[in-house]
Amino acid sequence: MLNHRLYLNQRLFDSSVEQQPSRDGFGDGLVELGRKNPHVVALCADLVESTRVEPFARHFPDRFFEVGVAEQNMAAVAAGLGVSGKIPFIASYATFSPGRNWEQIRTTISYNNSNVKIAGHHAGISVGPDGATHQALEDIATMRVMANMTVIVPVDAHQARLATLSAAHIWGPVYLRFTREKTPIITTLKTPFVPGHAQVLWETTAPKVLFVGCGPIVYHALLAARELYKQKIGSVVLNMHTVKPLDQKTLVAYAKKIGCVVTVEEHQIIGGLGGAVAECLSRYTPTPQEFIGMQDTFGESGTPYDLLKKYHMDVFDIVAAAKRAIKRA
Amino acid sequence: MDPLYEDKLQFLESMANRLRQDVVEMIAHAGSGHQGGSLGMADIFTTLYFHVLRHNPTKPSWADRDRFVLSNGHICPILYASLARSGYFPVEELSTLRTIDSRLQGHPHRGSLPGIESTSGPLGSGLSQAAGMALAARLDKKRYRVYVALSDGEHQEGNIWEAVLFSARHKLSGLTAIVDRNNIQIDGDTESVMPLEPLSDKYQSFGWHVIEIDGHNFEHIVASCAESAAIHDRPTVIIAHTTAGKGVDFMENDYRWHSKPFSGDEARRALKQLKHDAVLQRRFSSLPSRFRYTSHA
Repeated sequence: MLNHRLYLNQRLFDSSVEQQPSRDGFGDGLVELGRKNPHVVALCADLVESTRVEPFARHFPDRFFEVGVAEQNMAAVAAGLGVSGKIPFIASYATFSPGRNWEQIRTTISYNNSNVKIAGHHAGISVGPDGATHQALEDIATMRVMANMTVIVPVDAHQARLATLSAAHIWGPVYLRFTREKTPIITTLKTPFVPGHAQVLWETTAPKVLFVGCGPIVYHALLAARELYKQKIGSVVLNMHTVKPLDQKTLVAYAKKIGCVVTVEEHQIIGGLGGAVAECLSRYTPTPQEFIGMQDTFGESGTPYDLLKKYHMDVFDIVAAAKRAIKRA
Repeated sequence: MDPLYEDKLQFLESMANRLRQDVVEMIAHAGSGHQGGSLGMADIFTTLYFHVLRHNPTKPSWADRDRFVLSNGHICPILYASLARSGYFPVEELSTLRTIDSRLQGHPHRGSLPGIESTSGPLGSGLSQAAGMALAARLDKKRYRVYVALSDGEHQEGNIWEAVLFSARHKLSGLTAIVDRNNIQIDGDTESVMPLEPLSDKYQSFGWHVIEIDGHNFEHIVASCAESAAIHDRPTVIIAHTTAGKGVDFMENDYRWHSKPFSGDEARRALKQLKHDAVLQRRFSSLPSRFRYTSHA
């Protein structure tokens, strides 16, 4: 059942549930930060509107820098600002930043330990019609593999705002992952958010399967959990919003108790949240695991709904994966 | 910036020779490293650290210090020698270059040694970082300048030209780029690997103030840095024509010495030449300059 201590959206399972893209929360959070902290600056690579940097640019023109279509320069300029007392947020589509500029992020931000916040937008396959070139499915892997880096994947627009605010308080490089499409609002303004602390969104008595997800697709895991509940199969849904550092304590405790895991993410099943969970569990409590995500292929154009269905990230697929996992437990 | 009086000129000459010896000793001891560019940039580093930069080695994080960014991190032996000799850390530590537990990494890392402003090694991103620092200075209304040393070969990286566009767009007059124009890179001469000329015209057309100098002439180096500080509407690039391996005759202008390991005998010969020059007080700057001081207004 929904965890009441988190003050989640009570209309979560209504068909009329409120929807908003997580990038909106980033835009709101950035403006709030601009008001609170004069050292926060923003850079964008010719995508001001769709990355939601536009309100910050409008309110704080002196602290906004348009770098043009030049993601490598954006990352390294931010690195220079970050070692000079500023808190730069850089924004572009995740396939370009941290895609195109991975090495600049590695050397000048991560190794250099510069206080830069990287906002990767339009992540996951649900970007839709733009097609595979614009669907970032590798960014969690390429960011979490870097030393010094924190990786946060907010579950909805509210959490995206809180994650943006929190990023400014984390000293050092942070990667924030946002999505384009409107997705259900899962949390409320009262829901707490602490980076590095997984949230138990759903928990039933005698759970048979543990779902661990990140990003808006966690909603599908919740729908799957509800479907299983109707079939009298209990489960737990963990929102692992912080992929790095992973909340190992919570993960291991639930995995030990339940005995099988399904990871759910809009990312390649190689190297993403699924990989992080497997790395942790194989060390502390080896657990059968099923992976929901992109199965080592590229995406294509289509509506988000059609794509999630075709590439087996739909509620039906998650339910099936759960049953496979339970059999293996 | 102070004028360059005769006694200071003599001091810089002998310090540059001292730093060259440090470079040869460090690289010979480490068994690997990049001597060509390190020796070629010795006069510029000497002038920066002992005359041009406003810095305080006892307070490496002084907020108003001038920043020096090394973009082509592989010539860090000359950076380490300059930092040690100006008092950032003990000179004895130079012999630990590239060894386990040393603060002197094979390519420079910010935070591992006092005085290092940025991590570098992979080429092409130092100008962007320096531009970020110059932007921060402007935001904070501080008067420090940002100097960045670039190699000519790294101008083949696209990131450099992104930063060249950006710095001109934001009129970063607090930024001075110094290009080590020695015409060599690992695989040969720059003009045969991937031609860069006309480099000066390129920078001018991008909206930069361009000065060309002889990179071994201390008066040129000081004058060009002073000129760049007086430009208030554009960033400045100083294209410094240098000789790779300068000071050791068998290494000069030979691209194979970009990063070739010394044999014991070669290191001894190189040091002998440098020490001989020091004793005789041989003055490069008294020789006629190979390149004229040219300011492209």
